[in-house]
Parts: sequence; structure tokens; C-alpha cells
Amino acid sequence: MKRFGKMRPSGTTSAAEPYTPGEDEILHMAHIVKDYRIGEETFRALDDVTLTVKRGEFLAVLGPSGSGKTTLMNIIGCLDVPTSGDYYLSGKPVRGQREAQLAQIRNKEIGFIFQSFYLLQKQTAYENVELPLIYANMPEKQRRERVEDMLEKVGLGDKMKNFPNQLSGGQQQRVAIARAIATNPTILLADEPTGALDQKTGAQVMELFHALNNEGRTIIMITHDAKIASHASRIVRILDGKLSEGKLEDA
Amino acid sequence: MRKLIYTVRQSLRISVQNIITNKMRSFLTMLGIIIGVAAVIGLITLVQNATSSILGQFSELGAGTLSVSAPGTAMKQGLTDADLKTLMAVPGVKGVSPQVSGSTAAVYDFKVYDNVSVTGRNELYFAYNDVVESGRALNASDMSGNINVCLIDQDFRTNILKGTEAVGKTVRLNGAEYLIVGVQKQDNSLFSAYSDRSNLDGSVIIPYKNALTMSWNKNVTSLDIYVEDGASNADVEENLRETLDKIYNNTEGAYQIFNLDSLMDTMNTVSSMLSTMLGGIAGIALVVGGIGIMNMMLVSVSERTKEIGLRKALGAEPARIQTQFLLEAVILSIIGGLIGVLFGCLIALIGARLMDTPFAVSPSAIALGLGFSAAVGIIFGWAPARRASRLNPIDALRAE
Repeated sequence: MKRFGKMRPSGTTSAAEPYTPGEDEILHMAHIVKDYRIGEETFRALDDVTLTVKRGEFLAVLGPSGSGKTTLMNIIGCLDVPTSGDYYLSGKPVRGQREAQLAQIRNKEIGFIFQSFYLLQKQTAYENVELPLIYANMPEKQRRERVEDMLEKVGLGDKMKNFPNQLSGGQQQRVAIARAIATNPTILLADEPTGALDQKTGAQVMELFHALNNEGRTIIMITHDAKIASHASRIVRILDGKLSEGKLEDA
Repeated sequence: MRKLIYTVRQSLRISVQNIITNKMRSFLTMLGIIIGVAAVIGLITLVQNATSSILGQFSELGAGTLSVSAPGTAMKQGLTDADLKTLMAVPGVKGVSPQVSGSTAAVYDFKVYDNVSVTGRNELYFAYNDVVESGRALNASDMSGNINVCLIDQDFRTNILKGTEAVGKTVRLNGAEYLIVGVQKQDNSLFSAYSDRSNLDGSVIIPYKNALTMSWNKNVTSLDIYVEDGASNADVEENLRETLDKIYNNTEGAYQIFNLDSLMDTMNTVSSMLSTMLGGIAGIALVVGGIGIMNMMLVSVSERTKEIGLRKALGAEPARIQTQFLLEAVILSIIGGLIGVLFGCLIALIGARLMDTPFAVSPSAIALGLGFSAAVGIIFGWAPARRASRLNPIDALRAE
């Protein structure tokens, strides 16, 4: 640790007890604070967030827009770093990394699923799924097998050569899910995965989530929709940057 | 390595896709590069071809030749026979050929032709210049006997002999009967092409002493010196100066020596200067083209901000994004460069046809053009690529 500047001031409670990850704990956040400066004002998007996620959990983060859930997702997804607080992913601290290292962490640990799919429109379904594997430097032959496996798994084995605009919304989201699981990431991180879909296709995507969860994959789903959140086995609520454990029946 | 090959292949495909989807924009972007490279290749090739053709004419005319003009002094005009013998003995001199020029009237078939150019030469002129088309050259006995013989040129045959057989006919020059013994070749050299001979009825070559008599001169004032093979023109020129200084008692301006070799050196210098200058102008076009590329790439980066954000979220390191965009710029430039090479060759070909010089594109010009366009791609693609690589993934993903 060369970054003295980032060290917690003494007197804060959590610095005293160094975190040792439990066997099943793949994500651990302690006292995460995220401040944004807007002009002279400082806006606190996350306020002392503490969260632990175990392997195989299906967690929903439920909150209205402006509650800080996107900021939380960015930090979980290593797209952003907290102002203060500790974040451990797969037992390793995410702190003081440069963008190149963060990119590698994202590639290895996180599978992103976005509300509006974010597929490259000029590339086929196959090529879209292949992308993170290329960034993982996987050899070509192995890559082809993996891409084909993943597309089969989401039921699009026959659409590999299709471009996104030749696929329905539900099919596009399934391509995006195949892309997210291609690198076998530690966490599937979904941001309003059904937000752009009608109810029926949304339900199909949720079914796919359940299937993936049953395979043992960890899913963190960020949503404002209590009905969608109810698919998860555990729900946390976020409001004004504060996180609270919710109950299933509240949803 | 695999990473790089993939990035190259991926970038190649993406940039080709981009070029196809934005045909007009891509074409306009590449136009600067196309014009620049076409100009580099076209102009350099034109200058090189023109120079080599001119130099070829020079060397045909004057390889190993020095021209001496010796008006002499008030006391001693021109050069006497004895002086010519002295010059012949100068080290490195293979031959001395006087040139006596004048004009006279010719009478043939009861018609008078007023404008006939007469040049006096000796037998050595014919030994070192291949000018006889048919008949024979003037020889040593023609010289020693002051025989009235002449060689006519093509104009003489057309205008005066009306195209009939020349050798064996006689023509009256300045009142004396001359026997036509030979016909000269058509003079196709660059110099004859630019000298105005339209008012001449024709020209003849006669023994130089006859020409001296005809022009009321006693001495020779103009001559060609043939330099021995292997001797340097400059050295021989130096030796000649020594001898001529003695002949004229070091009088200023008594003689002048024209060295075609130094003229050729000058030509070469001028042509390489011209190449550099034209290359510089074309280089400006390339820079302008580069700015076009930079503009297009900046637009491309901001249009594809979301794509960049996604790639970053999926694990693309900044360096990889930078390589991708840099390669796209280079590929765009090289495609422009290739089109430019084609246009440049076309310009060179048309130029060669118009100037009637042989068409040859030097590979170095093509390499220069392509190398330059790749360099332009790298230089002007750098900033946009850097910008792309530095985008914050969150902002990039959120961009619309």
C-alpha cells in the first residue's frame, strides 16, 4: 500500500478490524461513501453503505430513481471507485487501481446486463458475445466453443449470425446475458434488465435469471420495480444513498 | 501478439464498415490524403522523367564534349590552324572540331534560295557524331583539298530538291558548285526542337575551310573539343585554359569554355530542388488531409462514445481502445493513400504522354506516398484515439 493519502483517518471504527472474507462471501462493502462535487456543493450519493453478498445469492437492490442505486451499481461493477470505505471483490480489495487494472477486474469478475442491452449494432450476436472473451485474451478455438455454448444456453443457437436489429428485444437481452456470462464472472450485475421489455419477454428473462441462479451463479439486480425485485431471494432497499435490508413480503 | 492481430483485424473490419456506411464523409475525409499522395507521386515522377529525358538529350549531344568560343583579341582574332594543332596536343583531348556558321544563297534548278544555313566542320565532327543518314561523311581528303562537297539536311531535300534523290546532285552555294555527297539525319534533339528554323530553306555542312572563305573569316572562333574516354571534362577544361591563356597572352574575355558536364550537374541540382519543392507543396496537402482525418476521427469518437463505454465495461483496457482508434485512422489514411497512388500514376502517365517522355513510376515515390499517408494517420489519429481511451466508462455508457 503506497497510497497513504487514501488511508482512513484513525479513529474510524472499521479501520481497527481488518476484514477477512468469509468462505462464501464474494462481495463485501464496508462503510462505502460516494460524494459528487457539483460546483461548490457536495452531493452524497452513497452514505455509509455496508453490504455482503454470498456466493449463489440472487440479490435485488430496490430503489426509486435518484436513490443512489446507479452509483452503487457503478461501484460494484468497478466502473467507479468510492470516496471512502472498503470494497472487497472475491476477497481482494478494490482500491487504488488504475483504469487498466479495473478493466481487467471488470472483465474477469463482473458480467454486465444493461436495461437497453448495449449490443454493438454492426456486429453479429456471435461477435457480441465474443467481445469480452477477446478482451480476456482467450484463444480463438476455445473462444468459439464458449460463444456457441453460451448462445445455446440462452436459446439462440440458431441466431448466431444475426445482427441485433434482426432480433426481438427479448432475444437481444438474451444475447446480452450470454455475453455477460461468457467469461464466467463472479457476479452477474443487471441494471433494470427488463426495463425495456414487455411483460411476457420480461418474465422470460427472469426465468433465465432463475435458471442461471440455480446453476450457482451470483446475481445482483438493480431495479425500481418491486415486482421484478420479488424474483430475487434477497432484497435490499436503497433510499437517499442509505441501504437497508428489506423483507421479501414488503415487495 | 494475438491481442494485436485481433485488434488489427477488428479495427480493419470496423473501419471498413464505417467507411462503407459513411461513404460520402469517408470520401471527403480521404480526399485530402488522396490529393496529397497523388500530388507527391505525380509531380515527383513528372520531374524525374522530364529531367532524365533532358539529361539523356544532353549526354547524347555532349557527353565528353567541351564547347569553346574564342572570338580572340583585337590583335589576334579566333584561332589559326597552328592553334588548333596546339589544342589537339593538349592532354586529354581526343579531337578538335571547328564550327564555322553562316548563311548564304543557294541556286538549284535555276531557282535561288536565299536562306540556306552553312556550317563548316572537319572530318572529326563526323567521327564523333552519328549524323549521316545516307551517302558519306566528309573525310580528311575533303579537308586537305578544300573540295567543294556538302551534306544537306532533311529540310534542304524537302524544300530545295523537292524530295528527289540527293547524293550526286550539285548545288551552287555562294557562287561555287558543290557536290552533294550525303544527307544528314533528322535532328530530333531538344535543342533543334526549340530553335526557330521556319524561315530557313535548308542547311548544309561543308569543309570548314571552305566555310571560312565563304564568310570572309581567316580564323576559327567556335569549336568542339572531344575529350578522351576516361578523362574528366573538368581536368581537360583546366588544361585547355592553360593553353588558351598562352595563345591569347592571358587576355580577359578572349575565349569561353562551355562544359556540358557542369551544365548537367546544374540541371540535376535544379531538378532535385524542384522535386523537393513540389514534394513540400504536396506535403502541405497531406497535412491538410491529416487534419481531415483527425476531424473525422474526433466525430467518430464522439458518435461512438457509448460503444467505447461498453467496450470498457466489458474489459477493454485504455491501451486497447487507443490502438483500435489509431488503427482505424491509419487504415483510413492508407486506403486514401492507395487511391492517391493510383491517381498519381495516372497523372504521371498523362504527363508522360503530353511531354512525350517515357512513363516510369519510381517505386520509391510510391513507398514515399504510402509511408507518408500512414504517418499522417498515426500523427493525426493519435489525439482522437487518446481521447477515446481516456473516456470515463460511466459517462461514456450514459452518453446518448
